[in-house]
Amino acid sequence: MSNSPTTLFDKVWDSHVVRKIADGPDVFFIDRHFIHEVTSPVAFLGLETRGIGVLFPERTFATADHNTPTINQHLPVEDPLSANQLLQLEKNTAKYGISHWGLGNPKNGIVHVVGPENGITLPGMTIVCGDSHTSTHGAFGAIAFGIGTSEVEMVLSSQCIMQPKPKKMRINVNGALGKGVTPKDVALYIISKLTTSGATGYFVEYAGDVFEKMSMEGRMTVCNLSIEMGARGGMIAPDQTTFDYIEGRELAPKGADWDKQLAYWKTLKTDAGASFDEEITFLASEIEPMITYGTNPGMGMGISKNIPNAEDVEGGVATYEKSLEYMGFAQNDSMIGKKVDYVFIGSCTNGRIEDFRAFASIVKGRKKADHVTAWVVPGSHIVEAQIREEGIYDILTEAGFALRQPGCSACLAMNDDKIPAGKYAVSTSNRNFEGRQGPGSRTLLASPLVAAAAAITGVVTDPREFL
Amino acid sequence: MAYDSFNILKSSAVPLPIENVDTDQIIPARFLKATERKGFGDNLFRDWRYDKNDAPKADFVLNNPTYSGQILVGGKNFGSGSSREHAAWAIYDYGFRCVVSSFFADIFRGNAINVGVLPVQVSPEFLHEIFTAIEADPKAELVVNLPDQTITIVATGASEKFAINGYKKNNLLNGFDDIDYLQAMKSEISAFAENR
Repeated sequence: MSNSPTTLFDKVWDSHVVRKIADGPDVFFIDRHFIHEVTSPVAFLGLETRGIGVLFPERTFATADHNTPTINQHLPVEDPLSANQLLQLEKNTAKYGISHWGLGNPKNGIVHVVGPENGITLPGMTIVCGDSHTSTHGAFGAIAFGIGTSEVEMVLSSQCIMQPKPKKMRINVNGALGKGVTPKDVALYIISKLTTSGATGYFVEYAGDVFEKMSMEGRMTVCNLSIEMGARGGMIAPDQTTFDYIEGRELAPKGADWDKQLAYWKTLKTDAGASFDEEITFLASEIEPMITYGTNPGMGMGISKNIPNAEDVEGGVATYEKSLEYMGFAQNDSMIGKKVDYVFIGSCTNGRIEDFRAFASIVKGRKKADHVTAWVVPGSHIVEAQIREEGIYDILTEAGFALRQPGCSACLAMNDDKIPAGKYAVSTSNRNFEGRQGPGSRTLLASPLVAAAAAITGVVTDPREFL
Repeated sequence: MAYDSFNILKSSAVPLPIENVDTDQIIPARFLKATERKGFGDNLFRDWRYDKNDAPKADFVLNNPTYSGQILVGGKNFGSGSSREHAAWAIYDYGFRCVVSSFFADIFRGNAINVGVLPVQVSPEFLHEIFTAIEADPKAELVVNLPDQTITIVATGASEKFAINGYKKNNLLNGFDDIDYLQAMKSEISAFAENR
């Protein structure tokens, strides 16, 4: 082993390479594999066709989330195609002896919420799932990224995928965040600076004061959104905040095993002097509550600003104008005061307890605007239980909000939670692509605080007015 | 799932000069409910291709009989967004074997190669030349030569090299896939797992 300074990313990556192929990818070992109902069935079908099995079933964990209803989960799923996907997941996991937290299971929820909260996600691991927001798990100092269905089949059958090693980028945010500025705003700010493809080909390490002080929930929000600037994933070195979060979780190591693993986890940091292919530094004081105005997550801005003019943004003018036309906005418009029809709080980006605490901090003692339809969707049953235990449920109910059941919901609108065509939704999710939340829907991505302020006033509102 | 091997493709091309074409446009989430890999081509670019009454939109390029071919030419950052391999399946199933752009999103690029669609990344200037050639003649042909790793505009003779690693190139040339490779090294993988 060389003693030269090494990055966190290199330490974890290099320890998982089974074989290096000359002029080709690395054969990369996967510690933990999450699957869900949408991107796994064709992979299982592939195993059948080839007549091969699952190599390490104990390393794969299944949950149903993408295509599940968020009301009346005790009833049969009405849509026959969705019901069939859920049934296939149940059958496939039973056949191969894979853990399955299906609809109704007390541990069910969004894959990127339930993995960490049950202690499956640990520092130094390699984690994949057929979902691009798998980058979430990087918050624990893991290398975690989304894969396609062919790769799901590879992991099931061999516990490996074939991956070229990405380049390394470090993003530092130093200083202290201002009032009303949340981890979501930090991420949307970085994406707005780098654009939606600015980190393509890279794996990101987030460093600096802001991430060191951030909670695990916040770190998960930031790492979750790494893919939205094109990065395969993002990670944060594990520290005491990480260890405190993990300790005692159901599937986390215990006793002597805990001590042994903890000693290893403490080595997982970038050495002083280690080099990155790219390094960028931002100041926390420059970041204000963010909102998006266009049709990709890079089209975001400080909520008090005006929509940029086409000549001031990178990329083609035609694409930019097409995007604003879809949104029904004009260059130089202010976002403040724009009418909001729907508010969605939830998703793997902002569906954790801290997000609902933030949302409740603004809606407490106030009332939802009459014309706003609000969907409040916890990331898991465990989050739902916390919402009730902490009294957030009562605050929501008094303010006119109903709590739904866990799932991906309106983030990708595979179930019935669809924003109607032409309507505006302030959403705490991760993508504002055309039609993402339903055909013709218009999405404004923002933090739980901005979502709460919009839900109360019925228009885009600076949440700092309420803090 | 097996795919047809790829060697030299000579074809006219379908131009889509839009940047950041994301996988939600390539195949919207509501069409991801199948449990078999069948029929995804019907819903390729669904919401750009059809209106809300499922009638074809005349102004979308796939509905314009002037343009056809097995090569799709897109703007910068093609395939951003979700990891859904369904996007690559839809492109293959529709009949495209190659996507040309000046920049691809990572996961899409990998998915495309894994299902037999060759992503060809060219310089922004060459991409512009291709769009210009198609504008001049909608039937303008391109030659994508995988063994030589070149793409050529037949009418002008302009040509550019493209990159692909030797392992993946060999897979595409022969219709091999990664699963065969990994199956052949299972004992090595098990030994690796044991020692972790």
